[in-house]
Amino acid sequence: MIRTLGQNTLHLVEEIGDFAVFTTRGFTEAIGARKLGRRIVRAIYEQGVRCVPVIVIVGLFTGLVLGLQGYYVLNKFGSEGLLGTLVALTLVRELAPVLAALMLVGQAGSALAAELGIQRNSEQIDALETMGASTYAYLISPRLLASLLVYPIQTALFCLVGLLGGYLSGSVLLNLQPGVYWSAIYKAVEPQDVAECFIKAGFFGLLTIAICAYNGFNAHRRRGSTGARAVSASTTRAVVFSSIAVLATDYLITSLLVKHP
Amino acid sequence: MSTPSSVSDLFLDIRGVTKRFGDNTVLAGVDLAVPRGTVVTVLGKSGTGKSVFLKCLAGIVRPDQGEIRFDGQVLNAANAIARGEFRRRCSYLFQSNALLDSLTALENVALPLEQTTQIPNREIRRRALEALHQLDLTKHRAHYPSQLSGGMQKRLALARAIVTRPELVLFDEPTAGLDPIRRNHVFEMIVKYQRQFGFTAVLVTHDLPEALVASDQVALLDGGRMQFQGTPEAFNRSENPMVRAFRDSAETLRETLAALRRGETITSEDDL
Repeated sequence: MIRTLGQNTLHLVEEIGDFAVFTTRGFTEAIGARKLGRRIVRAIYEQGVRCVPVIVIVGLFTGLVLGLQGYYVLNKFGSEGLLGTLVALTLVRELAPVLAALMLVGQAGSALAAELGIQRNSEQIDALETMGASTYAYLISPRLLASLLVYPIQTALFCLVGLLGGYLSGSVLLNLQPGVYWSAIYKAVEPQDVAECFIKAGFFGLLTIAICAYNGFNAHRRRGSTGARAVSASTTRAVVFSSIAVLATDYLITSLLVKHP
Repeated sequence: MSTPSSVSDLFLDIRGVTKRFGDNTVLAGVDLAVPRGTVVTVLGKSGTGKSVFLKCLAGIVRPDQGEIRFDGQVLNAANAIARGEFRRRCSYLFQSNALLDSLTALENVALPLEQTTQIPNREIRRRALEALHQLDLTKHRAHYPSQLSGGMQKRLALARAIVTRPELVLFDEPTAGLDPIRRNHVFEMIVKYQRQFGFTAVLVTHDLPEALVASDQVALLDGGRMQFQGTPEAFNRSENPMVRAFRDSAETLRETLAALRRGETITSEDDL
């Protein structure tokens, strides 16, 4: 048992080291890479444009539910006027970066892991290596760089749609004065909250895309599975690990950035 | 095993290459001498490690032991410059073609030039179109690999392999899965372009008749070692039992089938 524990620990440390090297190479090999801009644009389309519908839908329903629940809770204390504050701070500080990241993991991250896994399986990555191309510059760098731009934008979109959802349930359905709702938002959200939101979004984007790319890229190294099963195993692993990483990192960043009274 | 060329002529010199996967030793000290400007074919039954051997040469698989010298330079993990030089001067034709399925035929052929050279885009396009034209694929330049037939994909992979004007091309089962006519056509293409561009070629195949015609030298890989290397004529004359078994396999099959038709029982695996 001790031996198994030791082996697993060593394997974990080795994998963390591999992941760090992988991510670092993803950035360093971008320097001087040819036609990088074109591939970044494509990655922005894959992570950004194609994920807009899911961000809008989830953002809207999150806002609707927050508005509804928040209204009834605040109503018990006669504080419905604070609904905008509740919806805005909940979204900006926590829910928007976390839920947007989880949605992007589900759509763009899983697609990335599967695509790289299939490319590994069909020797396309080996072909790039044998022709002397940098597989990192070609496959990984554009995705990592795009994530730094796309995740904050998607998170901002999630916030805006979520606030609109809160307005729809609070003001349109439950007759809270629109002016009360929007002015509460204006008064409650401070620049530091917005900064926290974007810092989280950037971290989550980088971390999740790196985890998904790492798992897809190394699909052939998964013990106990080969071929199509290796692709499915690496995709599952990418989604699970990314989701856990988002939640764990959220806690760490919040504990570092939260304002102490 | 005969050594056909003097050491100074060798473009690729492989000595004692060993590769194990767990307890399974696939290559147990493989030697091969590849003279400059020749076509050397490595023959062998399926599962004897021919592709693993080629992948060791290409650096996709790292050998456990042994030495690979390319144009006098030792290739190993510590010698990154030599490995980079090797990749710049070498192309690899995969058994599966390994074409990038999200790129068109033209983009696939242009990719090695785009990624490894500083040639202007217009010149890259011109050279990629020229390579497609040479392989009769011009009208398919906007097609994706999935829209091409197996033979066209093979030609496209060959176009991608020669577009960088390599000095060494490694062919992994270039005729796998092709009908006899297309198989002959692929061998014709290899010989034609080898003569035209003067590259050195290492082929891995089990198509014996075509290999004997197309190659300057043949080698036989069996039991994890190179059992023979020499000219096709020497291969045809060799009394080495493994060479004979491989060479006479068609005749053996004919005799076995005739025996089965006569109602005789094949009693041991050796009879097959």
